Amino acid sequence: MAVLRPAGEFDTSYAYDMATIRRGWQWVVLVAFLAALYLLPLYAGQGLVALVNRIAIAIIAVQGLNLLTGYTGQISLGQAAFMTTGGYISALLVNELGWPFYFSLPAAGLGAGVVGLVFGLPSLRVKGFYLAMATLAAQFIIPWFTRNAYKDILNGAQGINVQAPVLFGIEFNNPQRYLYLSLTVLVVTTIVAHNIGRSRLGRAFVAIRDHDLAAELLGINLFRYKLQAFFLAAVYAGLAGALAAHQIRHLNSETFNLIDSVTFLGMLVIGGLGSSLGPILGAIVVELLIEGATLIGPFFISVFPATAAGAVQALRPLFFGTTLMLFLIFEPRGLAHRWQIFKAAWRLRPFSY
Amino acid sequence: MNWHLLPQMIVTGLLAGGPLALMALGLVLIFKSSYIFNFAHGQLLLLGALITWWLAVPRGLPLWLAIVLALLAVAGLGFLIERLALRPMTGQPLLSIILMTLGLGQVLHGLALLLFGGVQRNFPQMFAVANPYRITLPFLINGNPVVVILKQNLVWSFIIAILGVIIIGAFFRFTHTGLAMRGASEDHELAQSIGLRIHRIFGLSWALAGVVATVSGVLLATSSGLDLSLSVTVLAAFPVVLLGGLESIPGTIVGGLLIGLSQGLVSAAKAPLLRHAAEIMPYIVLLLVLLIRPEGLFGQRRIERI
Repeated sequence: MAVLRPAGEFDTSYAYDMATIRRGWQWVVLVAFLAALYLLPLYAGQGLVALVNRIAIAIIAVQGLNLLTGYTGQISLGQAAFMTTGGYISALLVNELGWPFYFSLPAAGLGAGVVGLVFGLPSLRVKGFYLAMATLAAQFIIPWFTRNAYKDILNGAQGINVQAPVLFGIEFNNPQRYLYLSLTVLVVTTIVAHNIGRSRLGRAFVAIRDHDLAAELLGINLFRYKLQAFFLAAVYAGLAGALAAHQIRHLNSETFNLIDSVTFLGMLVIGGLGSSLGPILGAIVVELLIEGATLIGPFFISVFPATAAGAVQALRPLFFGTTLMLFLIFEPRGLAHRWQIFKAAWRLRPFSY
Repeated sequence: MNWHLLPQMIVTGLLAGGPLALMALGLVLIFKSSYIFNFAHGQLLLLGALITWWLAVPRGLPLWLAIVLALLAVAGLGFLIERLALRPMTGQPLLSIILMTLGLGQVLHGLALLLFGGVQRNFPQMFAVANPYRITLPFLINGNPVVVILKQNLVWSFIIAILGVIIIGAFFRFTHTGLAMRGASEDHELAQSIGLRIHRIFGLSWALAGVVATVSGVLLATSSGLDLSLSVTVLAAFPVVLLGGLESIPGTIVGGLLIGLSQGLVSAAKAPLLRHAAEIMPYIVLLLVLLIRPEGLFGQRRIERI
């Protein structure tokens, strides 16, 4: 969609032309929204705060996936495996070596990124679902490794307990306190992702997505940029995994599984590929759906008492799968695209096309 | 290497390759006709086995009738899936189609859970368990005779699976419909322009895939029990498909046997870590195939032009 500026608004400087947030009132709205989020523990219940935490962590993971799948067009079914990697790295650094959390978190990101590079190597030879297969292999090999290797440290299939992070003498041991942590990481990673998208790197990614051979002829180094995309995606997954592990306080090979990887891809498609807004919208919608499925479970049983005991768990995949399929058929470009259309229509009002 | 275990493990591995080949066949079928890789095959297989179980155990129908009815039901489901989910995706990018089958898998998983619950079921035994075949090998290892034990259900699953692959292969090779399917996969528009009704062909191949899925579901359920994790076993068939080649039906047999064999060989190792690696062996093979020969053993190499 072409950039559609409101009537009467002109770019009077290059800095203004480049700005993401252009108007004073937009700054006011943004700051007010962030303040409302940060002050959430003051006025919201524990359940809501925990939900916002989950959404924030999911958004981080999906932002990374967006860089890889949305911008670069490489399909990855391994995002949850890289979350496992990041989670284990941070947990072990804190538990075994006594590192502070503000070192172990970036280390988790970097470590997961390096593992991501290894599984990104096949992307140089294969693409499409061949690549999906290669990342699927990561989804099996990494959890297998945590189950079977170094059992004295990783504790096999049992998994490990993870300490609550301590920063500046404060222990982030409940959802209310944890919110400050996850929101801060979320804000930073989202700003970085948004700016990667409109930099030289992001434009190279988009060129590779749109036609990799043509991109190579234009002088874009496929080897370098594809691996950079894999690295970035895995870094984001590692950060998200470390955050999630320190919040759940326990980690095993099944904490982040194939279903999560599929869910992240679904969030990305529902939100919209290739924009930094998409992952935010997608993660919120899907997490709310899942939450809704959990909430109406008891009601569902009261209406259909004959259903089997495990049937309530069926609602989550049913809701998610149906929403994903409907979006793929009716709005394959996701909610972010819908939002663009809405904005354009609002600006052209009353002469919408 | 535990040498005295090796012959047994090789044979068990090869036998496990039969059902793997049959599962891979279901994937290749759809790929060959519509160029879609079906990530929901595992859930089709699970539904097939669950419907058979439901007809045979709580409804008390004879097993053969239950299987036939389940085959029809899942074939119908295949038609329905093609019409409702995949046809709107014609001409969409690959990512959308992959996600469509993944989403479909979630919906089918939810349906299976909703209709049948998540508990472990006892599937009726189709083959005698008590008397496994025993073969004494004509040589000694460490001075002891080697006896290879073949469980009857594994042997019969293997035979049925291989027969299934051969029948479907012959269908593709020799019948008119099979030829039409191969033509449709080559070029949708061209196939349409010479008068093939490609939507019916796609529907038919989904129905066939449903049939194949049900057969492999029943075979797996009767040898290893029936619960929701049955759908996960299909993930081990993905490497089989890639190893054999995405378009190749004989490739599924070769790939299945090779993957089964690789698992068997690793299981005979002495080091526990290596022995546990049997469960990820298919994916290691998968990575190697992708790095060395992405089109697989018998697949078509495709070149790309701008």
